[in-house]
Amino acid sequence: MTESLPLNLPIDLTVNGERISATVPARQHLIDFLRETLSLTGSHIGCEHGVCGACSIRVNGAVVRGCLTLAVQCDGASVDTIEGLSDSGAIADLQSAFHERNALQCGFCTPGMLATGYDIVRRLPDADEARIRRELSGNICRCTGYHAIVDAIETVAAKRGAGA
Amino acid sequence: MSLSILDRPNSYIGRTVPRPNAKKLVQGRGTYVDDIKLPRMVHVAFVRSPYAHARILAIRSDAAQAAPGVVRIVTGAEMAAVCTPWVGVLGHMKGLKSAPQYALAVDRACWQGEAVVAVVAHSRAEAEDAAQLVEIDWEELFVVADMETALDPETPVIHPELGDNLAFRRELDVGDVEKGFAAADAIVEETYITGRHTGVCLEARSILADYQPADEQLVVYHSTQAPHMMQTIFAKHLDLPETNVRVICKDVGGAFGIKVHTYPDEMATVALAKMLRRPVKFIADRMESFVTDIHARDHRVKARMAVSKEGRILAIEADDRTGIGPYSVYPRTSAIEANQVVNLIGGPYTNQNYRCTANVVFQNKNVMCQYRAVGHPIACAVTEGLVDKAARAIGMDPAEFRRRNLIADDAYPYKAPTGMVYEGLSHHKSLDKLLELMQYDRLRAEQAALREKGIHRGIGLAAFIEVTNPSAMFYGVGGARISAQDGCTIRLDPTGVITVSIGVTEQGQGTEAIMAQIAASSVGVPMDKVRLITGDTEVTPYGGGTWASRGAGIGGEATLQAGRALRENILSVAGTMLQAAPQTLDIRAGIIVDADTGAERMKLEELGRVAYFRPDTLPRDCQPELMVTRHYVQKDYAFVFTNGLQASYLEVDTETGFVTLLDHWVVEDCGTIINPQLVDEQIRGGVVQGLGGALFEECLYSADGQMLNANMADYLVPMASEMPDIAIAHVVTPTQTSELGAKGVGEAGTAGAPAAVMNAINDALSPFGASVAAQPFTPERVLRALGKIR
Repeated sequence: MTESLPLNLPIDLTVNGERISATVPARQHLIDFLRETLSLTGSHIGCEHGVCGACSIRVNGAVVRGCLTLAVQCDGASVDTIEGLSDSGAIADLQSAFHERNALQCGFCTPGMLATGYDIVRRLPDADEARIRRELSGNICRCTGYHAIVDAIETVAAKRGAGA
Repeated sequence: MSLSILDRPNSYIGRTVPRPNAKKLVQGRGTYVDDIKLPRMVHVAFVRSPYAHARILAIRSDAAQAAPGVVRIVTGAEMAAVCTPWVGVLGHMKGLKSAPQYALAVDRACWQGEAVVAVVAHSRAEAEDAAQLVEIDWEELFVVADMETALDPETPVIHPELGDNLAFRRELDVGDVEKGFAAADAIVEETYITGRHTGVCLEARSILADYQPADEQLVVYHSTQAPHMMQTIFAKHLDLPETNVRVICKDVGGAFGIKVHTYPDEMATVALAKMLRRPVKFIADRMESFVTDIHARDHRVKARMAVSKEGRILAIEADDRTGIGPYSVYPRTSAIEANQVVNLIGGPYTNQNYRCTANVVFQNKNVMCQYRAVGHPIACAVTEGLVDKAARAIGMDPAEFRRRNLIADDAYPYKAPTGMVYEGLSHHKSLDKLLELMQYDRLRAEQAALREKGIHRGIGLAAFIEVTNPSAMFYGVGGARISAQDGCTIRLDPTGVITVSIGVTEQGQGTEAIMAQIAASSVGVPMDKVRLITGDTEVTPYGGGTWASRGAGIGGEATLQAGRALRENILSVAGTMLQAAPQTLDIRAGIIVDADTGAERMKLEELGRVAYFRPDTLPRDCQPELMVTRHYVQKDYAFVFTNGLQASYLEVDTETGFVTLLDHWVVEDCGTIINPQLVDEQIRGGVVQGLGGALFEECLYSADGQMLNANMADYLVPMASEMPDIAIAHVVTPTQTSELGAKGVGEAGTAGAPAAVMNAINDALSPFGASVAAQPFTPERVLRALGKIR
């Protein structure tokens, strides 16, 4: 063990459209920075080893694991969490479909599911059920059995595809 | 006489209504325990035993104490002075024994993962850093890992004061089993194994305890299913008056039975708050969840069945062995799952010759206790596995075999050989519906055609019964302070909104939504005029919380009756105000109307305004009582059983051993359906948890008691791409034990899914003369069954 204890580094980034400057420990994960420092508790910690997807967050438009990304890696980045995606209206149709189809039970995986779902409906408007199921393979839900989540995403993808 | 709630105008019963409380969750604006921060809050991490069984010789924590951010380091002996130990036994489980269990291990650890030292620091990261600096000198002790040899004379005894490693034994022998076997045309037998698995709630166990020393008030924010039960337990073991303890349970990220037990690290966290006089938070990480969240289902059942050539079951005999870890879990005990296995084997069928023995043994692995569908998937796999084997042995179609043995739909109430009485089930209607839903004959034809082409598909059926709406016979009679009753309070606010508070709790299944539907229907207001409060011992009526599929059936009936009483009180005031007989009035859509014509007489908010702010305008003897409480407990039966069947259609790749699930069907009878969508989603989620146990999930242990796959990369749970769509249909047989008529549904999916999959795999493998009986049915096990690997 070296003598250098957690090294702190300054970062500047945009979170949900708001400019943030902070000094963060080099070892701090993005999810901890968002939850602990910024009190954006909508993104959840499920496994801390990149399997469950509960901490899925958009960084520069791509879905990443908040538990595998260091906060310092996000210097200069644009980060969107569930709070930002909710307030901007970007996923209002997905949220409404999840609500109506009851595509969530306990809600713990839901912010991550919505981040992935948003990615699916933008990238793959023609995705069928099997493709959606494959695309969701990075997000674990223990409550729903996935059927309702797949239905909700499929509905929104079809609507968005038709509207485009 | 007012109409039944089911027939009232504008009733929400039986309607799919989106869950009002899900809106915040889709915005990430729920409040799970880890989302809460309190002033002066500190975090605890635990040093856990690396050994399955070892004596603690010395603990050195100087370096840890000096680490940055450390507030306090506490050992087992110090902890024992604040938090008294507990023993997980129940009076009615005769012979059940266990040893005192401490919040932190004292002198020795009995399983890998047991909390030994608590390290409190300003952040969880600092607490974990310091925990690594705690040095413990261990003396490794013998390890009892294998439940099969735990009772052998040469196996050492984990708790010498108990005399042996036997926690509990139940023996049941009903009818004439010997005669049944003697008369058999065929006897089938098999050893069924269900893999030890666990709940993997996506939100790990979470607790935040806040102790105010000035007035000795303890507030615990807890991710739990049973706030009142935990209130009692915290008070008892921390020597506080029960009324000084408040348990608040906001959003819970999945529970499934995992969060209804006493966990040593959680007790330690609460004790630390008392010791440190400040808020202490503990959020289990995923690795410690795997080695400390209760496990379940580690059962080996040797069973056989006697049948006649006409396809009648003549006798069933079974021997269950299960290992529960080193302690029986408090306060529900770890004997319940084996007890349920005994109670449920053969459950759907008319056979009355039944013998079953269950041995529940101690071992040096993580503890086992009640997880969703306690005992059901085990008993169902044994029963349905034998049924398919028996049908095959006599050359009968498995659907026809079931038809000949299922209890007739007009035979109720029906007393099972276990002594359990079924109030009213619908096996035959359900079977007919299932075969139609899945197009059984067409599927059989498709299967045969594909088999010609070397594609091996299987069809598996499974009938099940489910324990719901428990009476006090489950726990209360055994001396546990676990409430089988529940209460609901409904208040009419001046604005015409009703505020409903109830003892049953929400973990995402939709409790708040269905209570709102029932209250709205019972009082007569629209859904948007209902507000729900759950999960707070200070404000809700005393209740049992959520377990054994009791929320809708017990909590729902309390809500119905509270709503009815409030409506009567409101109409009494309205009658005075309108100078009309109360029985000529009704409340519909939030408006007091003439019962015959439906004509509006007065809005509820007007009644509220007068009752609360201008009572001077009411007669002297008119005292509005606009807040009522009603309680309900089911007393007619030990449990109100439900029934159903599941079917699985799948393909086995005989080269790789992989199983691909193609379709899954469920027909279920949970009585009155309050919200069809929520019922179906409970079933689907339950099925997938059952499929997880059937195909993927297993806590693997080495011979020296080390869990080998305690992380999410190695412990597999079902993912979206592996799961089929699940089709669901219902038969509705309302329970007569309540006006609402609702039974539980939360565990039905999990109960039957593994058996359906096992039977489908074995159906696919039947041309090879191969079969599997040990869950999870991994590719390796399938290939072994086929003789392709050894």
